[in-house]
Amino acid sequence: MDHVSIRDGGSDRAFTIINYIILTVFLLIILYPLIYIVSASLSSARAVTSGDVWLWPVEFTWDGYDAIFKNNMLLTGFKNSLFYTIVGTTLNVVLTLLAAYPLARKNLVGGGFIMMLFVFTLLFSGGLIPTYLVVQDLGLLNTRWALILPTALSVWNVIITTTFFRATIPDELLDAAHLDGCNDFRFLKDVVIPLSGPIIAVNALFYAIGHWNQYFFALIYVTDQSLYPLQLVLREILIENRIDISMVGDVQDLVRRQNLRELLKYSLIVVATAPLLVVYPFVQKHFVRGVLIGSLKG
Amino acid sequence: MQAQELPLSPAEAPAANIPAYRRTSRWKHMRKSIRRDWQLYVLLMPPLIYLAIFKYWPMYGVQIAFRNFNPVDGISGSPWVGLRHFERFVTSYNFWTIMENTLVLNIYQLAAGFPLPIVLALALNYVRRQSFKKTVQMVSYAPHFISTVVMCGIILQFVAPIGLINNLLGMIGIGPIFFMNEPQYWKSIYVWSGVWQNVGFGCIIYLAALAGIDPTLHEAAIVDGANKLQRIRDIDLPGIIPVAIILFILNLGTLLDTGFEKVLLLQNALNLRTSETIDTYVYHVSLASNFPQFSLAAAVGLFKAVIGLILIVSANQIARRFRATSLW
Repeated sequence: MDHVSIRDGGSDRAFTIINYIILTVFLLIILYPLIYIVSASLSSARAVTSGDVWLWPVEFTWDGYDAIFKNNMLLTGFKNSLFYTIVGTTLNVVLTLLAAYPLARKNLVGGGFIMMLFVFTLLFSGGLIPTYLVVQDLGLLNTRWALILPTALSVWNVIITTTFFRATIPDELLDAAHLDGCNDFRFLKDVVIPLSGPIIAVNALFYAIGHWNQYFFALIYVTDQSLYPLQLVLREILIENRIDISMVGDVQDLVRRQNLRELLKYSLIVVATAPLLVVYPFVQKHFVRGVLIGSLKG
Repeated sequence: MQAQELPLSPAEAPAANIPAYRRTSRWKHMRKSIRRDWQLYVLLMPPLIYLAIFKYWPMYGVQIAFRNFNPVDGISGSPWVGLRHFERFVTSYNFWTIMENTLVLNIYQLAAGFPLPIVLALALNYVRRQSFKKTVQMVSYAPHFISTVVMCGIILQFVAPIGLINNLLGMIGIGPIFFMNEPQYWKSIYVWSGVWQNVGFGCIIYLAALAGIDPTLHEAAIVDGANKLQRIRDIDLPGIIPVAIILFILNLGTLLDTGFEKVLLLQNALNLRTSETIDTYVYHVSLASNFPQFSLAAAVGLFKAVIGLILIVSANQIARRFRATSLW
């Protein structure tokens, strides 16, 4: 066995060292932009725009954050997004469970056909304009419901959840419950749902992220600024460069105002991303599980 | 079926009756099951109503692609014009540009974004120090959760004339380059920012596939004196190739789908030549336009949906050959 471990040494040690170097470089490539953004957000407006910031904050200041928290639109957007995310996700999860449980039952008459109705919508859709016209016909334009009802259910999640139910709820359990006179409503409520913690968490997480990050539907369905979700407000500022900073004190001259505008964008990126990144380590395993459950089919 | 309707001799009659009898029994059985499972159908009602309103009703509205839609007359009141809108799109001066942008962007993205998660997973798989492995995974998954708007905000800040990238280029005496205004950079900016954002998350599935490889294969290979590169080539790669093939084929099935939201956010009038895709064109001629052409937009959308349907169904047919279970 001795010579085996010696041979292991030579080329494999080189492999290991190169592997660590590559992964470290990779890690830095991912990490550097993130660090830079945080540092820039804490530097002075002058330092950011003249390119003095490389790694750590230069001329440390909270100016950018001050300017953000004085902006009413952002606060409104934040509250709206919270509403859309909570109400939307609740509806999403309920509808997903309602669809997935019956479809997971093996000898439901017409189950295959109903599943086809679901899957077909993944393959073919009416498209942007016909969907827009439906939302318009329903009178949902410029209401909060336009951002909740059209995305009330994702067929992907139904498929994933159905797969989960089939794999985890044994038939014997259902037979036993039926023998005891338990009906399907109660079986779903008292047996299936308590057993489905992981899949409900995965669903809630993916739906919630979807709502929180969504901007396009708001862009086409909502024109009233008081209904704007956070992402649409962010778009105004980060992409369209539209922000009124006149309320941020005595920023009179044009150059300093322009500089502050740039600084504010970095602070905004941090503020908009921080909540997710703070929660993220705790929910990471659910995401991983979601990806893996999803890959069982699809 | 014909045979049953022929006049039968009395002796044959009972035998011929069996199929009919069985059929009624099957109907009875089904009716009984439906009555027994009525609660399941009640549960299915809300999701089905959702599908009917927000998925199937728009499919009915697709007919405006063949009409001259105007809001006053509504969908069914607008006059039929046949394929005129399709002809207008296909013969329009920017049709080939749009098609080329859509396909090239997707293929570029696939070429850059597909192999890297595999490489990352293989590299991570040979890291013995768990803390380092966990750190790399944790950090590389994180960008995936940055929203599209914020991601595009980051991109615009970085490639701005006074942004990080121009500062770096300035150090070696290049620039400043106005990246967003130069069409030739647009696709690379789009693709590589996407790689940065998604490579970590994309490797999850390959790590799982690698974890599923029988460890005795590796043990045997070590005893036989195989080094790590040989083990990657002969054990790990064969282990993940089935997953990779399926994912690749399914990716081909969505060859016309671009990250519409991101494309839209990164577009401006100056880079439109290389950034306009089918999806953004639909949006531009309709909802974003002062003179919305809903019928043209619906026609272009339908054009894409039909090609997309063909692509995804054939992709799934091919994928099915590689694996017993497939998309449906």
